[in-house]
Amino acid sequence: MSQDLAVLKDISRTYQKGKERVEVLHKLNLNIAEGDFLALMGPSGSGKTTLLNLLGGLDKPTSGTVEVGGAALHSMSSGALSKWRARHVGFIFQFYNLLPVLTAQKNVELPLLLTRLGSKERAKRAATALAIVGLEDRASHYPRELSGGQEQRVAIARAIVSDPTLLLCDEPTGDLDRETANEILALLQALNRDHNKTIVMVTHDAISAEYANHTVHLDKGTLTAEMAA
Amino acid sequence: MKYFYLVWKSLWRKKVRTILTILSVLVAFLLFGLLSAFNAVFRGGIDYANASRLVTIDKISLINPLPISYEQRIKAVPGVTQVTSATWFGGYYQDPKAQFPQYPVVPETFLTVHPELQISEEQKNKWMQIRDSAIVGRDLVNQFGWKIGDRIPIHTTIWTNRDGGQVWDFEIAGIFDSDNNNGVTTLMLFHYDYFDEGRAFGQGTVGWYTFTIDDSSRAAEIADAIDTQFANSPNETKTSTEAAFAESFMKQFGNIALIVRLILSAVFFTILLVAGNTMAQSVRERLSELAVLKTLGFENGSVMGIVLAESILVMLLGGLIGLGLSSVIVQGAAKQMAAFLPGLALTNEALALGVLIMVLAGVAAGIFPAIRAMRLTIVEALART
Repeated sequence: MSQDLAVLKDISRTYQKGKERVEVLHKLNLNIAEGDFLALMGPSGSGKTTLLNLLGGLDKPTSGTVEVGGAALHSMSSGALSKWRARHVGFIFQFYNLLPVLTAQKNVELPLLLTRLGSKERAKRAATALAIVGLEDRASHYPRELSGGQEQRVAIARAIVSDPTLLLCDEPTGDLDRETANEILALLQALNRDHNKTIVMVTHDAISAEYANHTVHLDKGTLTAEMAA
Repeated sequence: MKYFYLVWKSLWRKKVRTILTILSVLVAFLLFGLLSAFNAVFRGGIDYANASRLVTIDKISLINPLPISYEQRIKAVPGVTQVTSATWFGGYYQDPKAQFPQYPVVPETFLTVHPELQISEEQKNKWMQIRDSAIVGRDLVNQFGWKIGDRIPIHTTIWTNRDGGQVWDFEIAGIFDSDNNNGVTTLMLFHYDYFDEGRAFGQGTVGWYTFTIDDSSRAAEIADAIDTQFANSPNETKTSTEAAFAESFMKQFGNIALIVRLILSAVFFTILLVAGNTMAQSVRERLSELAVLKTLGFENGSVMGIVLAESILVMLLGGLIGLGLSSVIVQGAAKQMAAFLPGLALTNEALALGVLIMVLAGVAAGIFPAIRAMRLTIVEALART
């Protein structure tokens, strides 16, 4: 049996909206095995993205503990979390979030600026990542010169270039047509299967969730169901 | 340095806005360069004034002459080593606009008191021997194309000669240089005896005395002793160091340094607002991009540094081009107007000050947007996309 990569215990997350306190996650417990491909499903406002943010060290729980790869994220400082993210997590967003002023190659190189690699090595690794997502011939293109699917592939290349253990995807196919979405999901599946990346994907789409090994349903901040694919 | 490419590319996110901002910075530093050079002209005499040289003038006004007899009495004051005198001739060559200083002097003592004036022994001897000869500074020769042996007519609006004319002829006996760059090579010097005998009025007087002392720390004491000596006489005196004299002389034209400072302060304040607004807009427009950088692992300090570097880079780009242009203009103008604006130059101090202002202005313009970028919460910024 695989070892757990992420362990979330009694997680609650509350936000202050004006005078009102809104509890987005309520005493949630979740274990994610190393090498898993997990889909997080649920209606809007169910806490999917908040859960993803907690797993990625972008946010901290109001109560409870988050441990990923042995690191206690709930007690780490902002600076330590930044360093941890740079080493261990790759993020893929719905709207790609590429920097429009940089070419695909330079966008992919961005996480490597935080390493001690020289410019030649950075370029070499970025080229490799672009080759993995099948975009080696688009390296010098700017995001505005790429299709939505190509932009998302570049975003995936950026997420894997520093070889993180965990990939966090927030609606990665939400802005794509079905055919392109399937290509992206197949690519994520390949990364999980062939490169042993642990993937957690937030999605509204049941078809997309079928590409994952497990699906977890959230509603009103709590887990309602867990299903194997 | 590895972030430079990112900073550079971010800078050109909105090309037109960046170019307009750079142009406004460029104009500010062009003005800074030109005004600094202009200020240097007025500072020249002050900055290079000799600390152990004092000047005695009439207490009421520089234009009131002093008796020639004062020379010996000044020389007799303990601590005074050499005394010389000079008088404002107020002449021009050919064009009334082409004014430059000419002084009737006693050659031997003037050159002794002003050792910074460099002239060959041969030319110096020739000057001593010919009564109506003059020596001229190198800048005047370059300006008017004179050469040794030329006879030049100098028109004066002050000193009518005994014939009732206002034109004095001189033979150029020599050309002097200076061992510093303070512009004293824009002078013309000729014999006091020739001048005193030839003028229609004012015989036996000089404009001012310049003298050296043996101990510069006693300057105030010696100045006081001289002024006390002439107190309650028809020609009371005011003695000060050469620097103080030069400064008070320049103040006749107004407080140039203050005017320059005021103009530049207004210009730079405006530039700060322009550049600050540009940076604030730039950061506001790409909050999500900055949040992505933080998501990837860029720390708060790095994001702040990237925004600040961008702001400083805008200032440096515009500022260095502006200073470069002003340097070219000043060099051209200095050649054309050496006689009228001696010492017109963009000094190394002004250049260094300019670069310092660029960096400080870059920090000032970028600091608030940079702090905003630093404090940016990833979750909130990404939620807006």
